[in-house]
Amino acid sequence: MDIISTLNLIIPTAIFAATPLIFTALGGLFSERAGVVNIGLEGLMVIGAFSGIVFTLIFEGLGFGAASPWVALLVAMLIGAVFSLFHAVASITLRADQIVSGVALNFLAIGLSVFLVREFFGRGQTDYINARIFRESVPVLRDIPIIGNWFFSSIYPTSFVAFFLVFIVWYVVFKTPFGLRLRSVGEHPMAADTMGIKVNRMKYIAVMLSGALAGIGGAVYAITTSANFGGGTIAGQGFMSLAALIFGKWHPLGVLGAALFFGFAQSLSIAAQQIPALANVPQVYLLIAPYVLTILALAGFVGKAEGPKAIGKSYEKGSR
Amino acid sequence: MKKIKPILLKVMTFLKSLLIKLAIPLLSIFFGFFAGAIIMLVSGNNPITGYAALFDGVFGDIYYFGETLRMMTPLIFSGIAVAFAFRTGLLNIGVEGQLIVGWLASVAVGVMFDLPFVIHLPLALLAGAVAGGLWGFIPGILKARLHVHEVIVTIMMNYVALHVSNHFIRNYMLASGQRTEFIPATASLSSDFLRGLTDFSRLHWGFLLAIFACVVMWFLLWKTRKGYELRAVGYNPNASSYAGMNVKTNIVLSMVVSGGFAGLGGAMEGLGTYGYAQILSSFTNLGFDGIAVALLGASTSIGIFLSAFLFGGLKIGAANMQASANVAPELVEIVIALIIFFVASSYLIRWVLNRLQSNREGK
Repeated sequence: MDIISTLNLIIPTAIFAATPLIFTALGGLFSERAGVVNIGLEGLMVIGAFSGIVFTLIFEGLGFGAASPWVALLVAMLIGAVFSLFHAVASITLRADQIVSGVALNFLAIGLSVFLVREFFGRGQTDYINARIFRESVPVLRDIPIIGNWFFSSIYPTSFVAFFLVFIVWYVVFKTPFGLRLRSVGEHPMAADTMGIKVNRMKYIAVMLSGALAGIGGAVYAITTSANFGGGTIAGQGFMSLAALIFGKWHPLGVLGAALFFGFAQSLSIAAQQIPALANVPQVYLLIAPYVLTILALAGFVGKAEGPKAIGKSYEKGSR
Repeated sequence: MKKIKPILLKVMTFLKSLLIKLAIPLLSIFFGFFAGAIIMLVSGNNPITGYAALFDGVFGDIYYFGETLRMMTPLIFSGIAVAFAFRTGLLNIGVEGQLIVGWLASVAVGVMFDLPFVIHLPLALLAGAVAGGLWGFIPGILKARLHVHEVIVTIMMNYVALHVSNHFIRNYMLASGQRTEFIPATASLSSDFLRGLTDFSRLHWGFLLAIFACVVMWFLLWKTRKGYELRAVGYNPNASSYAGMNVKTNIVLSMVVSGGFAGLGGAMEGLGTYGYAQILSSFTNLGFDGIAVALLGASTSIGIFLSAFLFGGLKIGAANMQASANVAPELVEIVIALIIFFVASSYLIRWVLNRLQSNREGK
């Protein structure tokens, strides 16, 4: 198999695998830029996946047809934002340790969603959805040599939304007053407070944005990949998004690059058997690559990754 | 009579401070169960029959009780692991991964060697502790040398542990299906005596080791000089450094010991409960539950023992709750999550208690 057809195989899969990570990591970006660590991304994805599937089934029943998964994505976004309040209230208002509260959120998300699935369906997983989001082929653009095959011939519309979102987030975080305030809260909350920015309100908004985007991320994964929901549907994608956020150095474009790279590693680990050069490489190297690279990035071997200054601390008015 | 009064006063103040210390965990447990009851009500179940079935699923049969103690065993170890690092100011989220490599290493030694019992079992346990310690060493050294936050590194190390351990089992140790061979009796913790006592539950000698580990943790932290240093570093690294303690060494040491305890927790499962290691499709959650155990137990030996009993009981009792009250077993996960939430948000409880106290003093 030559290199082009290999890439034809791998690149669409990589983009496909990267899409939920991009959504979720962009969500994490808002929260961490405002100084709130969000270990709960995994749990928020679980809630998103649960809501995405359940509401697709509901909307199918109501006769929404092919639009059902799209409406369900919006519902998952809302539910993700509401569920993230758990983390926000605990870590911002009640000054709980942000990491512990994130861990609690992960427990709660998986417990609550599987509990509800058992109540609704009488077993550990939901029914399969019929109305799914399918791969699309973009007219005209797909005829571009090489690139057309990679990016436009069989790609999920959700991936385009994710790419588009990267630039929106970049614009919001770096080019708007809101973004400046958000970052100032994460870097130096006292200075921000002195300038009249409501620190805790900014943090609440940031955490809810992370919940909304992680909700979409989880729903996109469930709707495009698994088509149903069970306790094992989301298995580490949230933590991998966190890794993408750090490896991407808390920057939207970095997040895009890191998520694509992790998606690439994932699709390689699946497609490796068909590629002569990689057939003999044990799968385990590709499986652990995202995690090892994140550790190396943090340790400064792949460019030092330094987070916002005031991350992980709750802000108490008047304290120094 | 005059002599008794000061003693009585002392006892009273001690009891009062104990009560305040216990208030947060006890109230958190109460709120957790209360919220669980509301969820049962809303979902159309009867909370009283639900909790009665849960209670029955722990104490109703000696077999269940034995299983609860069996479930406690790895939870005690993972709780100690989290607490030990926490005392040095480190949050070890990597207990899960350290436990997985400890499980694999202990079983590997169990399967590969042919030795007499007195050497084989200690060697297998040691292998588990060393593997876990090694897995804790990496985030420890990165934290000490390069100031990398241990939380993210340990999370990533969890996944590395999962995939690497699966890789080894799949390629080098696979016996049948998804698991390795059974370990020989010379490396096994299983105990006919304890099984007989508990109507053939899977309770094994590891339970006694876990109690011993609680004592060891208490002794290490509170009765040795090194333990004093570790706690001092946890309170205030700058002051400890100024007092001449080597903060970096203590950070690495704390992570290694913590990982060692976690690895032993894995060995409990490998050498005790199951007698083999298996390809894991997802995490065991024993390590993550350790965070809950340590948090509720306020990082003290006795607290860890008691909260491991609570969480172990919840997990074992959940089966009966499903069987006889038809409540989904995930309810206990919700209760556990909420208990962590309330303990972590103790600011609220503290605030209320302070208010009550100052009101009373105001009068």
